[in-house]
Amino acid sequence: MSRRRSVTITILLALAAVGIGIWLSYEIRWFPVAASKQAVNTDRLYHVLVIASIPIFVLVLSTILYNVWQFRMRPGEELKDGAPIHGNTRLEVFWTAIPTVLLLGLVGYSFVVLRDNEKKPANEIKIGVTGQQFVWTYQYPRALTGGAPLNSYELYIPRNESVQFQIHSRDVIHAFWVPAFRLQEDAVPGITTNWRVTATRLGTYPVICNLLCGAGHSLMRSAVHVVTQARFQEWLKSQQSTTAGAP
Amino acid sequence: MVAQLKAPGMIRGAWMFLVGIVFAFLLTWVIRAATGHATFHHYISGDAITTVALIAAPLFFLVGLGGFDYWFYWASGRKTRPEDHSGHGAYTWRDYFRINTDHKVIGIQYTVNSFIFLLIGGLLAMLMRAQLAQPGSHFVSANTFNGLFSVHASLLIFLFIIPVFAGLGNYVIPLMIGAPDMAFPRLNALSFWLLPVAGIMMLGSFLAPGGAFADGWTAYTPLSDTAPVGQVFFSVAVQFAGASSIMTALNFLVTIITMRAPGMSFFRLPLLVWANFATSLLVVIATPFIAASQFFILLDRGLGFNFFNAAKGGDVLMYQHVFWFYSHPAVYIMILPGFGIISEVIAVKARKPIFGYRMMAFSLLAIVGLGFTVWAHHMFTSGMAAWIRIPMAITTAIIAVPTGIKVFSWLATLYRGVLRLDTPMLFALGFITTFTLGGISGIMLAMIPFDIHVSATYFIVAHIHYVLFGGSLMTIFAGVYYWFPKMTGRMYDERLGKWHFWSTFVFMNATFGPMHVIGLQGMPRRVATYASEFAGMNLFISIASFFLGASTLIFVYNMITSWRGGPRTVANPWRGMTLEWQVSSPPPVFNFDRVPTVVGGPYEYGVPGAVHGIFAPPPVPATVGADSGAATPHGP
Repeated sequence: MSRRRSVTITILLALAAVGIGIWLSYEIRWFPVAASKQAVNTDRLYHVLVIASIPIFVLVLSTILYNVWQFRMRPGEELKDGAPIHGNTRLEVFWTAIPTVLLLGLVGYSFVVLRDNEKKPANEIKIGVTGQQFVWTYQYPRALTGGAPLNSYELYIPRNESVQFQIHSRDVIHAFWVPAFRLQEDAVPGITTNWRVTATRLGTYPVICNLLCGAGHSLMRSAVHVVTQARFQEWLKSQQSTTAGAP
Repeated sequence: MVAQLKAPGMIRGAWMFLVGIVFAFLLTWVIRAATGHATFHHYISGDAITTVALIAAPLFFLVGLGGFDYWFYWASGRKTRPEDHSGHGAYTWRDYFRINTDHKVIGIQYTVNSFIFLLIGGLLAMLMRAQLAQPGSHFVSANTFNGLFSVHASLLIFLFIIPVFAGLGNYVIPLMIGAPDMAFPRLNALSFWLLPVAGIMMLGSFLAPGGAFADGWTAYTPLSDTAPVGQVFFSVAVQFAGASSIMTALNFLVTIITMRAPGMSFFRLPLLVWANFATSLLVVIATPFIAASQFFILLDRGLGFNFFNAAKGGDVLMYQHVFWFYSHPAVYIMILPGFGIISEVIAVKARKPIFGYRMMAFSLLAIVGLGFTVWAHHMFTSGMAAWIRIPMAITTAIIAVPTGIKVFSWLATLYRGVLRLDTPMLFALGFITTFTLGGISGIMLAMIPFDIHVSATYFIVAHIHYVLFGGSLMTIFAGVYYWFPKMTGRMYDERLGKWHFWSTFVFMNATFGPMHVIGLQGMPRRVATYASEFAGMNLFISIASFFLGASTLIFVYNMITSWRGGPRTVANPWRGMTLEWQVSSPPPVFNFDRVPTVVGGPYEYGVPGAVHGIFAPPPVPATVGADSGAATPHGP
């Protein structure tokens, strides 16, 4: 088989593999449900990364397989040497410059997503989150409750409104993670960390401690309830009237 | 009998070890008593004695073993004893269990010791996967599980990957540069013995009250500040392993810079030597930082300092910056020598020069430089100042460029070669495949919004294992198979080698591939149990991991039986051009009967009449290249 023919076959197979890979990337359910504005942006970023990665991996694997197919040692070639090719400056410049451009492009796009995800909007409510071994508690300030500040084991947030979590720790480092929102940040003793989210989908989603905090780390879980604005106000009011509400 | 107690060796090491424990007891007691009851409620404190004993007793052991004998004798000012080389070379198995100054003996000590810890660390992983096979399992307690993954990672990083590369390098580098040994043979001997100390200490933590250190190999404060005394076993063991690493790196740097054979310019060095040179730069600069991070912890725990006590003005995040300033370069320490090995294997097995040799060398140096600028990508969600994330993301993405140059160059080296697809070559090609996947997940992790979601999840575990197992370990296997005939004078079983490769490749992907998906789906790492939605995947991963563990036994069996009774082989079974193949297998005790002269590059395959090193007297200019020193085996 001529060199030209074998290269053509390999390129066609590689293109087919890329096509199948990209098609699969749409079919596979990669993430839990996207429950926030930030999740939609992050999922799109991830999908772009996957689509950019497939041709790279297919290129590397098909080059290996092509070379093995064409140039493996045949019987009688045990003492034969290969062609004394030391390099090719143009090719080396190409495979230095193109990846650099591609990587800087991806990083630039990721910065756009980051800015969009973290941009402070005009209206925002603040909710406190406190991690301790091995439970999460949530603090709703006076501005939200309209009365006394509320300390609760339950996290309720209104849909379609930006919420900034002010995250604290009472003892060791924890991490406040909501996979459905695609957001997390460590809870560090001595400082207040934060992240903001605009939840877009009603429902209840897991809250997971995502930094090793001791023997109870695997079980340090909670839940966030995304509810309508009306239900949120209703819940806050109901907590006020319950005297046993403060843990 | 009395002579054995007084002579350097294991027996003297053993009783001096006990003296060290007594010393630790007395030292802590005296100091606490002198300080008084105002500060110390009890003068005898188990934690205090343990901390001091962990530092002192191993040092006493090393003195007893004889690791410091020469320097103590010299420092005492007595008349110099002429060197009789009695501490050099191995003639019986006993020579491997003492202070030995021969780099070939030390290389084998390192390699065998490292593989023992690979098996132990791998066994710990099997125990973890047994626990994780089902959600809510009680195979081990949560605290024990935390200890398992902490010791697993610590052993495999500090007692396997880093030292096995030091061992292979120790064996091969002097041979490759035409030197009779390393620049500092006694330092070399000492550097090995620090490692069994560190490994036994890490394992010993399982016996400590409160259990093994259980805060991950990363030991974040303040959890590690307040953990039971098992944590101190890690903090001190890392000092011993770190000291070993630094000593070896220093030795490699001086050897490579000053002991190259005549004619061996830097650009005629084999890429394995370049790779170890680059790695040694990383080690000497970065390793002190992990030592510092652990000293902070020891001071907080032992002397009531407040480095990480927020209430007293401590800065919790500072630990992470100092820790990762080493631990990111550490990952390059764990792969760069592997890159060197792959270059050696591919050039010889494809019978071609390495494509783009100069860029391969420069890319190693670029990775060294850039490797110091990316550490905070481990801290994107740590709560550090938000602006730091931006430059760190850029440098993290950019470091993929020199790495990519290497991958593309290896691929180009295959083109129009004559590819011998034996076990070392299969591991090299498998490495390129799985390491590329690990690199791709790494590039994804450089994108901050994505990293914010997957940080500390199984996606990270997947990435780590693709680059460490599919990356470093594949290169280690490639190197061990490749240099096995040189080191033992025997050939391994090729069929078993192929079985080992294919089972490793298949089960490695089966084990770690699905971890990407469960991480994205919301499974955190370092957990002893998980949400039931992940049950199916975890069971699949656990079963695959058991097969992966079993496949390692094929390798162990092959190595042991081939070393003991495999077919004897010639000096240069692979027809390599580099200098280590020009002497017998195994090499003579001082490597070269005559210092070679290097007259060309190390990979001039396919160039008629090309020669790398010659063993005749240096040629007069008109006859350069006339002697075919490359193909004829020399030596006894």
